[in-house]
Amino acid sequence: MSDYDLIVIGTGPGGYVCAIRAAQLGMTVAVVEKRATHGGTCLNVGCIPSKALLHASERYAESADGFAEMGIKVKPDLDLAAMLAFKDQGVKGNVDGVAFLLRKHKIDHFHGTGRIAGPGKVEVTFINGEKKALEAKSIVVATGSEPMGLPGIAIDEKRVLSSTGALSLPEVPKRLAVIGAGYIGLELGSVWSRLGAKVTVIEMLDRVAPGLDGEVARQLQRVLAKQGLEFKLGTKVTGLETKGKRVKLSLEPAKGGKAETLECDAVLVAVGRVPNTEGLGLAEARVETDSRGRIVVDEKLATNVPGIYAIGDVIAGPMLAHKAEEEGVAVAETLAGQAGHVNYGTIPSVIYTAPEVASVGKTEEELKQAGVAYRAGKFPFTANGRAKVNRTTEGFVKILADEATDRVLGVHIIGADAGTMIAEAAVLMEFGGSAEDLARICHAHPTLNEAVKEAALAVDKRPIHM
Amino acid sequence: MTTEIRVPNLGESIVEATVGQWFKQAGDAVAADEPLVELETDKVTVEVPAPASGVLAEIVVKSGETVEVGALLGAIGDGAGTVKPAKRKRAAAASRPEMAGARAAPDVPPVPTEPKKLEREPSPREEISLNEMPPSPAARKLLVESDLGADEVAGSGRRGQVLKEDVIKAAESLLTRERKVKAPPAPRAPVAAGDAAREERVRMTRLRQTIAKRLKDAQDTAAMLTTFNDVDMSAVMRLRRDHRDDFEEQHGVKLGFMGIFVKAAVQALQEIPSVNAEIDGEDIVYKNYYHIGIAVGAERGLVVPVLRDADRMSLAEIEGTIADFGARAQSGKLGLEELQGGTFTISNGGIFGSLLSTPILNAPQSGILGMHRIEERAVVRDGAIVARPMMYLALTYDHRLVDGKEAVTFLVNIKESLEDPTRLALDL
Repeated sequence: MSDYDLIVIGTGPGGYVCAIRAAQLGMTVAVVEKRATHGGTCLNVGCIPSKALLHASERYAESADGFAEMGIKVKPDLDLAAMLAFKDQGVKGNVDGVAFLLRKHKIDHFHGTGRIAGPGKVEVTFINGEKKALEAKSIVVATGSEPMGLPGIAIDEKRVLSSTGALSLPEVPKRLAVIGAGYIGLELGSVWSRLGAKVTVIEMLDRVAPGLDGEVARQLQRVLAKQGLEFKLGTKVTGLETKGKRVKLSLEPAKGGKAETLECDAVLVAVGRVPNTEGLGLAEARVETDSRGRIVVDEKLATNVPGIYAIGDVIAGPMLAHKAEEEGVAVAETLAGQAGHVNYGTIPSVIYTAPEVASVGKTEEELKQAGVAYRAGKFPFTANGRAKVNRTTEGFVKILADEATDRVLGVHIIGADAGTMIAEAAVLMEFGGSAEDLARICHAHPTLNEAVKEAALAVDKRPIHM
Repeated sequence: MTTEIRVPNLGESIVEATVGQWFKQAGDAVAADEPLVELETDKVTVEVPAPASGVLAEIVVKSGETVEVGALLGAIGDGAGTVKPAKRKRAAAASRPEMAGARAAPDVPPVPTEPKKLEREPSPREEISLNEMPPSPAARKLLVESDLGADEVAGSGRRGQVLKEDVIKAAESLLTRERKVKAPPAPRAPVAAGDAAREERVRMTRLRQTIAKRLKDAQDTAAMLTTFNDVDMSAVMRLRRDHRDDFEEQHGVKLGFMGIFVKAAVQALQEIPSVNAEIDGEDIVYKNYYHIGIAVGAERGLVVPVLRDADRMSLAEIEGTIADFGARAQSGKLGLEELQGGTFTISNGGIFGSLLSTPILNAPQSGILGMHRIEERAVVRDGAIVARPMMYLALTYDHRLVDGKEAVTFLVNIKESLEDPTRLALDL
């Protein structure tokens, strides 16, 4: 007799959501978490703390150069320790919330490192070294990912930082180098730039935010450059030297050419994340992984070993909290005999810079490559009434619709609150809506979302306010 | 370009059918309107004609399976396909000789699809498929769980999108049907080994199953009660004897008893409207038309063809129609519409020699008249015992809407008309 119907290893957004959904469906559930708190990377050292710092630093920057225009005279004075405490408070509120939810759903939790010890068997090693064997009918691996290192560069979290260290710098570095122009590098680069650091972003590719719609990425780079971020694109880091409190980076054009050096007080390595699969006992349990160390699953998120499932960052797909959540729900529902399902075509992604960048569906580049005939409708926030009075006129909304059927294939927004606005695009796309459908849905005035409607009208070349 | 073959609307109250024989195999060429497959419904067998010319691309539902109205049976694709020699077709027809005559010109060679049409059609079809709305997210999940395809559910959303509520409704109707079918398998008590070998187990025909279900449904629903009377048939028999030859000569049909009974029944129904009414929810629907069902025994089982607007028919028309019904019932050629919509039924058990019976209502009707055998019985007339040709009459009625007084009055009304047929002529 098994102790549980389900054991989830990892209580990040994928794991805890999976556990709660399974409990809702009447299963007996336990979770194993190696951190002292629940919530995984997202809540502890990812989405949530970074958003706290992004929010605080944005207010700080705005108070310095934006309030006066609105008739508010202030002289901002940064108390970084207090700002970090504010961030920690935000994290605590969230992780406590997860603990409460797990308790509420009568989910047993074991704080220790989980290892698959055989079919239906999970061994938990507690911090004091004690072990406990648990049994369950099904196991879900939701162990997430960790920052990827660079060969020859040792992370010390003092001068050479991962995203985790960059969330807790005791003082604002004068010069900060960011290796990698993905969303983590751009977000944390923005934070420290606003707080006073001179930030240089080094990216091997010749563009920022790979995967983003090209036009949006170019606009984002322009806006961030205006805010003071320096970009060295098409550049690779060939060496790193730490000298006391200084760090010296050796740079080289990716295509070859003249090398240069960059001196800074700290360097953030944000070149990506790798799945967390070490010590899980995957090899012993004969769970298949791919060349990038990700667990291989089928469309039901089942591994090759019966009874073992995997979700979130440890499997293929975008490393996004909400993608993991959907997968967690899908697995729980599948285990309950329902038709759990994730629509990977409509997972939105957001970069929380200022302005935010949000997108769902296909980019123009992807449509061109696939040979899909499409129509694009674009509407700038400079023509949106609410954006004007909010002083958030940077950016635009772009809607890509199938030329023949008008079905919306992709929506890309760069602008304030883009992350919130993208939801209506995801809803529309889930329902297979057309640009005209969107254009015929009444949008409240004055809101930023009116720009979404106008972009939908622009697909048919008939925006009202432009 | 493919054309779907779907179960046609089979008329009111008929929701499903059993797929009978397919006249074509997958790959055979078919001409538009050529019969493709037969469907056995409650009462009749209908043939589904090809909706288009082309090749029978696919047979989705095999013979013997049950389908509901609107379900996909198969598909017709483009092209000439393998045009089988007519010989093969005849062989198929021969295997069901009773169907051979009924089919519309099966030996006409298949009409090849016009090439012009072929070139034109693929593009609009493509557009249609791109325009098709995917099911809504919740509907998609429910479809999988209900083991339904998106094309099996009618979408009520924008541009025909299948919404959650559509799947719920479709799944519910599916469940209800399954429940109905699966409900009463009370296990049969074991039989002594010696007897078991001498038993024969035969599957109920679809018709028999339907009859069983309908009868039981009627019993479960209506508050059935039967009232009796007897009728002295002397006058009717005299009428027949005196005018039989003239009648047949004039109208070409025999003067039977049924025509007079129908006339008498219609007049009684006009007098007592509740017997011609039905219950619909909390309402009573009174019908100011008189469609009289005549129970006819046929080889396939009992069928009840309906005399439409019997009140407007002459005696000769009634007799002629009933004779035609009888003949076509034997050959299974009654049309579906001829079996539907009755407001009252007359059942004659007398032809099999029944003395007395309590007929079961033909739901949702509220009355059924039972006729029985005529025999000489001793009755008292003017204080003397005399022999008279007598028949018992039975009226089963739904006591929910027909009062006892009305039922008795109804039957007395019929009795009086039959004992003095001149009343019929005078509308008394």
